[in-house]
Amino acid sequence: MPDVTADVIAIIAKKLPEPRELKVDDRLEDLGLDSFSEVEIIFDLEEKFDLQIPYNSNDSRLEFETVGQIVAAIQKLVDGKPQ
Amino acid sequence: MNHRVVVTGWGVISSIGHTAATFWENLSKGVSGIAEATALPLDQLIQKIVAEVKDYEPTKHFEARMLPALDRASQFAMIAAREAVAQSGLSLEGGLAERTAAIIGTGAGGQGTLDENYRKLYREGAKRMHPLTVPKLMVNAPASQISMDLGVRGPTFAVASACASATHAIGLAFQMVRSGGVTAAIAGGTEACITFGPMKIWEALKIMAPDTCRPFSRDRKGLVLGEGAAVLVLETLEHAQARSADILGEVVGFGMSADAGDLLAPDVGGMSRAIQSTLADAKLAPTDIHYINAHGTGTAANDVTETAAIKHVFGTHARKLAMSSNKSMIGHSLGGAGAFEMVATLLSVRHNLAPPTINYLGPDPECDLDYVPNQAREMKIDVALSNSFAFGGLNAVLAVRRFT
Repeated sequence: MPDVTADVIAIIAKKLPEPRELKVDDRLEDLGLDSFSEVEIIFDLEEKFDLQIPYNSNDSRLEFETVGQIVAAIQKLVDGKPQ
Repeated sequence: MNHRVVVTGWGVISSIGHTAATFWENLSKGVSGIAEATALPLDQLIQKIVAEVKDYEPTKHFEARMLPALDRASQFAMIAAREAVAQSGLSLEGGLAERTAAIIGTGAGGQGTLDENYRKLYREGAKRMHPLTVPKLMVNAPASQISMDLGVRGPTFAVASACASATHAIGLAFQMVRSGGVTAAIAGGTEACITFGPMKIWEALKIMAPDTCRPFSRDRKGLVLGEGAAVLVLETLEHAQARSADILGEVVGFGMSADAGDLLAPDVGGMSRAIQSTLADAKLAPTDIHYINAHGTGTAANDVTETAAIKHVFGTHARKLAMSSNKSMIGHSLGGAGAFEMVATLLSVRHNLAPPTINYLGPDPECDLDYVPNQAREMKIDVALSNSFAFGGLNAVLAVRRFT
């Protein structure tokens, strides 16, 4: 069973403009990410967990506000994956 | 001395018509060119809808022996250029060929050729590539092919600035004709990006709409890729009048800017500076503008930012002018988009008709201007702008006026 929380945090942390410790309740809009970081993060998550993430950046703000919400969404997709 | 620059011809091949006349007829009726792709492996794509040029048969336009050298992007550009020059009645005899430019924008050139050849090489293990692959896919191929096809011997080159390529190309042509550097110019844009590889890399940006393109509307889900070409003939007023050409409209201003900020996210400041420099170039006041052919991609970011830029530049006049997006019908043809939209803008002035923004469901709180939703509108349009804003933060805006 992969440690989804640690992996998701590591993937997001790579995109931070300044290195810092990330927590699950950190808000995405406070992280100073570039416009293209979000699609890079989605790509890295899809590659890492071999997932297809149903994501459209045109309504992203409605879906994810915190790091923890991404962790939860990935956990759900990982749990639902056929073994 | 600056010359006045007039338009005497245009040609279009698009998802809603293979000629400028059918393009305009369908645009003004709100006909959509967006549908499920016919030439793609849909089972391997998340994004299944596109605005393809339909019922297209290359051999109707080109001798079979020419086709191995002609990428689809070049074919479209040549078809549109032939129509534009035929309409203008321009003859390049008597030294005019040397005083005519051909400037064609394209976002990425021969993408279908690149895709097909790499598939043969990497997947099928081909031992050799077709010898015309390089000249077929080069970004300047459409401009070069038009030059050879029509005998244009003056300044000929490609302009690449992603989604603003065609507008930059037409703008440069306008400046060259205005300055007297050339007497005439054949300028426009082309794109043929609806092939498997390019579709997959566009999917990766996560900005594509799964349903349809709804610029400025609530519940819009992003852009839809389109293809095709549009080309215009520009010339000095003196030259057009001397040969008694039918003058279709006048180009009066061009402005450009760079955001120098984010790679992808649009910028109110950069867009505003491009619009303001266009107005200054044309010596127009904001209140002179009746209609804007919007960039209007249908993404969350573009439409909000473009709306904010219009409010910033036009103030209270922003609520009096009308603005609509052709991309609701023809999708986003990237490097070709600005040329379709420039032809449409000139036709809007000519016919006093603003084409609609179709697929509009209702207002977004942050997009609260008049986008001519769903139905074309007859209205006085003497002066209009055409906006193009590109990835990489590159902005280009053209101003046109009824010729009197």
